[in-house]
Amino acid sequence: MGTAEFFQHLMNGLTLGGIYALIALGYTMVYGILKFINFAHGDILMVGAYVGLFVFDLLRGSSPLGTWTVVAFFLAMLISMAVCAILGMTIERIAYKPLRRATRLAPLLSAIGVSFILSNSAAWMLGTQSRKFNYPFDNSSINLAGVIITPHQILILVVSLVMMLALKLFVDKTRMGKAMRATSLDQDTAMLMGINVNKVISLTFAIGSALAAVGGILIALDFKVYPSMGTMTGLKAFVAAVVGGIGNISGAMFGGILLGLLETFGVAVLGIPSGLKDTIAFGVLIIILLVKPEGLFGKVEKEKV
Amino acid sequence: MFNFFLLILIYTGIYALMAIGQNIITGYGGMLSLCQAGFFAIGSYATAILSVRFGWSFWATLPVAAIISALFGLLIGLPTLRLKGDYLAIATLGFGEIVRNILNNWDSVTNGPMGIQKIPMPTLFGLTINPYKKYAFLVMVIIFVIIAYILFQRLARSRMGRALTAVREDEIAAQSMGINITKYKVYAFVLGASVAGIAGSLQAAFSLSVTPGTYTFMVSVMVLCMVVLGGMGNFKAAILGTFIIQLISYFPQLTGLSSVIPPQFKQILFGLILVVMMIWRPQGLLGREEHTYGVKGGK
Amino acid sequence: MTILETEALTRAYGGVVAVNKVDFSVESGLITGLIGPNGAGKTTLFNNMTGLDIPSGGKVFFNNKDITGFPAHKICRMGIARTFQNIRLFKDLSVVENVMIGRHFKTGPSETKGRFVNALHSYVYLKREEQEIYEKADSWLDFFDMGQFKNELAKNLPYGKQRELEIARALATEPELLFLDEPAAGMNPQETEHLMSIIRKIRDLGITVVLIEHDMKLVMNICDTITVLNYGQKLAEGTPREIKHNPRVIEAYLGKEEA
Repeated sequence: MGTAEFFQHLMNGLTLGGIYALIALGYTMVYGILKFINFAHGDILMVGAYVGLFVFDLLRGSSPLGTWTVVAFFLAMLISMAVCAILGMTIERIAYKPLRRATRLAPLLSAIGVSFILSNSAAWMLGTQSRKFNYPFDNSSINLAGVIITPHQILILVVSLVMMLALKLFVDKTRMGKAMRATSLDQDTAMLMGINVNKVISLTFAIGSALAAVGGILIALDFKVYPSMGTMTGLKAFVAAVVGGIGNISGAMFGGILLGLLETFGVAVLGIPSGLKDTIAFGVLIIILLVKPEGLFGKVEKEKV
Repeated sequence: MFNFFLLILIYTGIYALMAIGQNIITGYGGMLSLCQAGFFAIGSYATAILSVRFGWSFWATLPVAAIISALFGLLIGLPTLRLKGDYLAIATLGFGEIVRNILNNWDSVTNGPMGIQKIPMPTLFGLTINPYKKYAFLVMVIIFVIIAYILFQRLARSRMGRALTAVREDEIAAQSMGINITKYKVYAFVLGASVAGIAGSLQAAFSLSVTPGTYTFMVSVMVLCMVVLGGMGNFKAAILGTFIIQLISYFPQLTGLSSVIPPQFKQILFGLILVVMMIWRPQGLLGREEHTYGVKGGK
Repeated sequence: MTILETEALTRAYGGVVAVNKVDFSVESGLITGLIGPNGAGKTTLFNNMTGLDIPSGGKVFFNNKDITGFPAHKICRMGIARTFQNIRLFKDLSVVENVMIGRHFKTGPSETKGRFVNALHSYVYLKREEQEIYEKADSWLDFFDMGQFKNELAKNLPYGKQRELEIARALATEPELLFLDEPAAGMNPQETEHLMSIIRKIRDLGITVVLIEHDMKLVMNICDTITVLNYGQKLAEGTPREIKHNPRVIEAYLGKEEA
């Protein structure tokens, strides 16, 4: 493989990975605090993509590509983030909150239920056909010393980097972020320390869902919008979260990018047929769970006897 | 309409086998497996390939389907059963998807998305069990369900069932009672897989064709729904749950309203059932089967 | 005769050495007390001897057989049963079912026959085997005067009874050696009194007992010999009288309470 080709795959892998990372953050944050996998996270991504698509088309109208379309795109993204944040909080309130003290299986089953409701409601109301999300800018590729880069890829890299940095700063530096970390360590103690745990949990769902909306929109630009778009992407993002060490925010970012690279290079270098591309993620999952079940950056949690 | 009712009963039978398997894994063992569809597919394809390509009789393919499914249960079970509930759910979900992926892509063996057609009808003592004349097939399915029910019920009532329950309740305590927890989890998984494989075999013999599209994640969720609705840890409840879910599935056709009711209606309802049951009646309609000991005349 | 012995048993978690080169030995037929301040490493020592944790160094011998690193279920099958500091009953099962689970590997035609034969046996002779398990379990409940609670759910029992049920469950495995981790924790004086008589009865059955306990009255009353741990190391061992008067023990442990 030539240098240019290598950088081409690297670029493709990084952009794919950036999206996985954004979505993986939602899984990891919820898991860190509630210790359960929010199966519906992938479907929130789908809702985010639809909202983004509708708002963007509405704002854009028939105006040609230009400054306004870019502004409209970011406005659509913001609105979609807000809608998904509210959706995420509502789902938590209705379907998960009553189950906080229930058995381990209960919230998991409830989440599978929510996921089914979301994706099938979308299919029912909006139809199963996939819709094109038009680029808000001229997406003709740029040739950088043999490496072909699209503005869309640059957008993905910039947006996901900004989002991740903002989240990292929020969690590490702010009061609310500290409350979040405290809640993830020990809910009861956090409560005793005067932290409003319900608020923290709501906020966690809001942030995670908003990031999923961004991920959904970014991925929709390349892969269109359809009701079941969240399932496979969501699963892979989850794998990314596990690879990085679930509950660990930096781990999720790293895991996402690693998975994106593995998928791209797996198809390009190892010659894995692209029809079996999806199996790469699960192969990685099973290997990581066998070798290092706590993930690359996770802490070993042992039940106290 | 009556014809549809027969169809519902046959599907109830086929899916009840899967639900029985899910119940031993999830209801008794407390492990959330999401790949009954995968084992179902393996059973179906085993029967389809063996009977179409190699001319085996249905009855010869049946045990092979069960064994191959069980082997896959072991294959996925051994590495993943050390995982906590949530991870297991994802790993099994992944496995189910991998199975479908392979069926779709391995053209030389599975014929890809087209699937395998013209599966011969099962015969017994020179009589053909024609799925188009539903009665004979229904009887056959019912016999399978009864046998599976008796076998699994007996297992659950024995000390092996109790050991599995102990593993579900508290792994550390169970270990300290001399129970090899990994072994029991694998047992549950293998048994659950093999009975789903048999269900797959029957499915192949009933529809006389197999395509990868039949074995989606939706099927796994549906089976899970059946067990949750009826009541985890109760085989009668699993069968009841299966019947209700099948009734819901075919409700539009049964009532002639399929033009009015959108096709997504049943999936949305399944989702609602999961959420609502978890919040208001986590034990399911019938609840866990309880044993009372020491009452005169046995238990 | 020594039934159980550890040789320089060590368990370190990262830099924290919870158990540090402890030589602990248990004489057959006696009641041995294991005491020490909180965090002295008592429960860790228990966990490392019963297979729930794997030692970082040293060895454990049971009846002169090296059992270091054996899985918990194997150790239980060899004849070591235990209870837990934070009660670990099968909460949603009935009292008698809890004890019946203790009979799990004690049933079947023979422990030496293959697993398959055993499994098949319990399948074919289900009624008979269940009856046998039930009766054994029932007799253990009678041993604790708990017959009337038989079909209650374990979680609905009063706290003291839950602790006793855990012991009954452990005894159902017919151990040679029984580890009790703070059996009297949370009990009122009457309940503790009852517990003491039970522990003596257990010893009279020929079962060796090792117990971790903070209730000094109980320890001094029923233990034949006591080992003291402090900061993961063995501080002293001897009869209750010797321990009571050992200045190092008083300083490290009892002294604090009497000060």
